[in-house]
Amino acid sequence: MQFGIFSVGDVTPDPTTGREPTEHERIMAMVAVARKAEEVGLDVFATGEHHNPPFVPSSPTTMLGFIAAQTKRLILSTSTTLITTNDPVKIAEDFAMLQHLAGGRVDVMMGRGNTGPVYPWFGQDIRQGIPLAIENYALLHRLWREDVVDWQGKFRTALQGFTSTPRPLDGIAPFVWHGSIRSPEIAEQAAYYGDGYFANHIFWPKEHTERMVALYRRRFEHYGHGTAAQAIVGLGGQVFMRRNSQDAVDEFRPYFDNAPVYGHGPSLEEFTAQTPLTVGSPQQVIDRTLGFRDYVGDYQRQLFLIDHAGLPLKTVLEQLDLLGEEVVPVLRKEFAAVRAEGVPDAPTHESLKPVMA
Amino acid sequence: MTRRIVVVSAGLSQPSSTRLLAERLSAATVDALNEPPTVESVELRDIAHDITNAMLTGFAAPALQKIVDDLGAADAVIAVTPTFNASYSGLFKSFFDVIGTDVLTDTPVLVAATGGTERHSLVLDHALRPMFTYLHASVVPLGVYAASSDWGTGALAERITKAAHQLAAAVAASAKRQAGDGFDGVVAFETLLAG
Repeated sequence: MQFGIFSVGDVTPDPTTGREPTEHERIMAMVAVARKAEEVGLDVFATGEHHNPPFVPSSPTTMLGFIAAQTKRLILSTSTTLITTNDPVKIAEDFAMLQHLAGGRVDVMMGRGNTGPVYPWFGQDIRQGIPLAIENYALLHRLWREDVVDWQGKFRTALQGFTSTPRPLDGIAPFVWHGSIRSPEIAEQAAYYGDGYFANHIFWPKEHTERMVALYRRRFEHYGHGTAAQAIVGLGGQVFMRRNSQDAVDEFRPYFDNAPVYGHGPSLEEFTAQTPLTVGSPQQVIDRTLGFRDYVGDYQRQLFLIDHAGLPLKTVLEQLDLLGEEVVPVLRKEFAAVRAEGVPDAPTHESLKPVMA
Repeated sequence: MTRRIVVVSAGLSQPSSTRLLAERLSAATVDALNEPPTVESVELRDIAHDITNAMLTGFAAPALQKIVDDLGAADAVIAVTPTFNASYSGLFKSFFDVIGTDVLTDTPVLVAATGGTERHSLVLDHALRPMFTYLHASVVPLGVYAASSDWGTGALAERITKAAHQLAAAVAASAKRQAGDGFDGVVAFETLLAG
């Protein structure tokens, strides 16, 4: 099972000091967090893609390429890559290039994005969100698998005898996850291709995750990629830890109370009860995370959100120490102990290489 | 099968004339139906924080979610608001803003309002009725507006009875189907791919 972190890349003032990091500081903090993730033994770093303030990561493959040069083992991914507003030709090229530079340590999570104004900035129409996600990915899927592509669709100019370069490393397309909170069409899309499905599983009650994963598993089997239990599932999660549970609550509360998305709304206690957010000791995080399996089954990837809402870099790096030293080793062992026979790992570049006769 | 009535009252004070009107309408509707229904009364004041939180987070806390589920399963809804600034109260609007746009589809709804003066009686027709029409609810023709002065007249009781009978008739004729969760009929990917 893979463990890692995913970052939204928000620039948010620290509510306890009022200090807002510069864009440069935030970008370099994301890099520091990724490097630390490898250092403490995590498997995956994923960055969001946003094209509006207060977010910085507009160019994920640039950032991931930089991180690739400074890491050796870490899988570089996204959360998410906007399949709706990016030209699929450019996605094909960017991620193939990143694969070459990172020695194959690359996968990608497709998402629609949820910021309406982004669509016209890239010449698209949000009312076509789902059809764009369907058509663009259908093209991307071919560009990575066919050397020469003739193609015609509704949303971009036709391609005649087009070759996307560079070709994927070793001829192996990056593994793809499809992320969605509650659009059944996206679970269906992931199932159809036999790709992974990722439930963001933060900020919302678990019910959406439960229903979407169940649908994806059922349809994965329907399309003949394996049994429902063998489908490739990833989950998000959100944690804040200190050794002493009450210290975690006290320290995190001002960040929670003022956070974008959910701040000034429910109390920390209500939100932790109603969503997967866990604020407490490493043992509480372990117990809560092991419980995710109860409603999604055996799954392959767990990503945690730990660096938003203005938390200072030093604090985030301390979170990574706790994850790496106390939480993830136990989760690896405990999940492995209960995992059903025949459940595969998440595909990687290495695992997708053809077995030589 | 036993009919289910949900009564939503946005009165804020205690006692509240809005709540009193809701109770009168509820009792009259029970009388007008052939068989006694179950009645669930919702005081929006009790879930005001959950309503605001749902607007901020995008999801309903368990207590609010239960009410949304009950509304979705209701055979009829009685919705009563005080008149604030010539319209429904903000809390009343916020509640119907967060329940989702498909919960009340085809549901018979009786609209009612209270106010300090009879001059605001058209609030039923310029504010409540369009909102429920937007939500695809089936609003019965007669609404009930009770100004302070109406409580001393027999006309209000008569209007309550008439409106309740219209709601009962709408329940009997209702075409409402219980909504699924949207995941039952998955559109096959080939269909999505074909655009």
